[in-house]
Amino acid sequence: MLGLNKQDTKLLLLVITLTMLAPFILNPFPEGSAMAQFNAGYPDLMQRFVIFGIFAIGFNILFGLTGYLSFGHAAFLGIGSYAAMWMFKIFGMNVLPALGLSVVMSGMFAVLIGYVSLRRSGIYFSILTLAFAMMSYSLAYSVLATDMDGPDKQGLLQKGLTGGETGLQLTLQDPRILGSQTTAQGNIPSPSLFGLEMRSAAEMNIGDWVFTFSAGYYFSAFVMLAAFYLSIRIFRSPFGLVLKSIKSNQQRLNYTGMNPKPYMLAAFVISGMYAGLAGGLMAAMDPLAGPERMFWTASGEVVLMTILGGVGTLIGPVLGAGAIKYMENILSKINSDILHTWFAFLPDGLEDLLVTIIYPFIGKGWHLTLGIIFMLVVIFLPGGLVQGGQKIAAVFKRKKASDEKTDGKTTPAE
Amino acid sequence: MDAIILQILNGLDKGSAYALIALGLTLIFGTLGVVNFAHGALFMIGAFCAVTFSRFLSVSHEVAVEGEVDFLGNQMMRDVPYIYDWFGEATGAAIIDWAVPLSIIFAIPVMIGIGFAMERGLVKHFYKRPHADQILVTFGLAIVLQEVIKYFYGANPIPTPAPSAFTGSFDFGALLGFDPGSIIYPYWRLVYFGFAALIIGAVFAFLQFTTFGMVVRAGMADRETVGLLGINIDKRFTIMFGIAAAVAGLAGVMYTPINSPNYHMGMDFLVLSFVVVVVGGMGSLPGAVAAGFLLGILESFASMPRVLDALPGINQIIIYLVAIIILLTRPRGLMGRKGVMEE
Repeated sequence: MLGLNKQDTKLLLLVITLTMLAPFILNPFPEGSAMAQFNAGYPDLMQRFVIFGIFAIGFNILFGLTGYLSFGHAAFLGIGSYAAMWMFKIFGMNVLPALGLSVVMSGMFAVLIGYVSLRRSGIYFSILTLAFAMMSYSLAYSVLATDMDGPDKQGLLQKGLTGGETGLQLTLQDPRILGSQTTAQGNIPSPSLFGLEMRSAAEMNIGDWVFTFSAGYYFSAFVMLAAFYLSIRIFRSPFGLVLKSIKSNQQRLNYTGMNPKPYMLAAFVISGMYAGLAGGLMAAMDPLAGPERMFWTASGEVVLMTILGGVGTLIGPVLGAGAIKYMENILSKINSDILHTWFAFLPDGLEDLLVTIIYPFIGKGWHLTLGIIFMLVVIFLPGGLVQGGQKIAAVFKRKKASDEKTDGKTTPAE
Repeated sequence: MDAIILQILNGLDKGSAYALIALGLTLIFGTLGVVNFAHGALFMIGAFCAVTFSRFLSVSHEVAVEGEVDFLGNQMMRDVPYIYDWFGEATGAAIIDWAVPLSIIFAIPVMIGIGFAMERGLVKHFYKRPHADQILVTFGLAIVLQEVIKYFYGANPIPTPAPSAFTGSFDFGALLGFDPGSIIYPYWRLVYFGFAALIIGAVFAFLQFTTFGMVVRAGMADRETVGLLGINIDKRFTIMFGIAAAVAGLAGVMYTPINSPNYHMGMDFLVLSFVVVVVGGMGSLPGAVAAGFLLGILESFASMPRVLDALPGINQIIIYLVAIIILLTRPRGLMGRKGVMEE
């Protein structure tokens, strides 16, 4: 289907089903029950799953295929966000042109940064990308946030291009030439797709369960599916093969008469555009863009996601993004009171002991859990969660195979 | 002229910290070939060694104050550090005052221990893995260390003062014949610079003039041959890892009065230190030190008001800008060797 082989079609269909049914799947516990805090089916978090999924898919095209570890990918995320915000401010609240501009702008910056950074490899490449991202961050934070308003004093550039520390926000004075400046109630309009507001949502009650279907989530999900499909095509294309050969042996590629540079630049730009798309979507879901999106920790986060899920695999980055965002939102909400209620069935001493042991790993300490899991994955499962899944699957398969063997003939010795 | 001297002096203390961390990074990279992203965390742990030590020193017990009662008629109590009981009040107070320099004694064994544990427990298993894996696992370790410190010491910076003898400022202006007060410089920063110079000198002397250092240098040049000669080079490299950790830790200890330690200070310094190492040339010790001071001084020049007027925001990006230019014009860094990290 769609030029994919059978296995990839299955994978794509699986991902489509999962994303479409996510509001159900992520809300397995009834409202008001003790387990309800593990529900992740609210729009804000689901949107983050898919948006960071896009970011990680794009990062994987660069890191997973070519092996070039960029530590500055968040710069494109930030550029995408700012571009989308400016589109909202000047032209109106439709998300499609905003996303278009995000992708184009981040692509242009990626050409520039990639052209320079890709002249070096290994750790030098990582440091160069890091340097560019930190420069973008510092510029967005300070210089580009100074008053650049011209004599006409429209107030559009009052806080510069980026708005500095507080970030770029929509105001009532923004021109929005193609849309309306204010809503009927005199508020700032919210981003929409031809009138369908991104923040609108429908709720469905089945028994105690409440399922929320948000327009923003489904829009982001469709974008992610398109991005995912495109990444499958890239992985399976001759272009993808060249990228893989860059990772495995660049020298040999040179000897066969291929110049890897244009391919690497293309991969860098594509992954930068993915990041820009994710940044644009972030702005579309919540119209605000701040410089902290470009800080190097944000770049580190996407590296964590990709590695955790499984670098170089198709589905891995999406899984990793989901896992980290889930931990960030759910784990950090658990506090010691909740722990006490969980372990209330135990004798008091044991209960307190367990709570004391677990407490550092939850709530504000969720980064600790993340760090430990990440280290364990890098040490024992370099292929990430996907490899873990494959190993488990292999164990079961072997069991099945050995079961079949016992009732059949014994295999002769080789 | 006085403004220029002032900026050079201002750049020295930050430059010293960059140089010390970069030196440790380069030692680890040059010996073990490992890119250690947890090195900033070692710097941070060093700083918290100073915090811990000064807390140890001020552990106190309550003592009744003779002949004084509060308005309810209860006996007035006063906290007296144990150290007063042991050394007498004057000496005890002096020891607490000098907590930061004294914690060096405490920090060295702790840091060397942590270094050994890190190398034997974790990094050892990553020699054969790609550099990306080494970066990632040490990055994970840095997050873990950072969070552990945050758990025990909280997220807020902890002020740790310098000894009161060093709290003032030194008037360089008067010394050099400019207007008095035109170049004033805190004593502690001078101490920090002197300390950094001492440590850097000691590390170089150790590598240059001792048999152990000679073996290590030989191992850096050709590990296999040294191994074939029957020398246990792994053991020596582990010791070098410990020394590198101690250098980072001491840099952190002495930095506490300049900047109150918090749990993410290591990461802030690490990013810049990596830039420093790359500018200096991966694997080159003098390069790391020179680049550390160079970038520190450049950064302080870029924050001069006159420069900022001409190029707004340049102080924020100067280090990265220099790094980009150097990497593109001198791909191996200022003093890099051929064939290091080029695969």
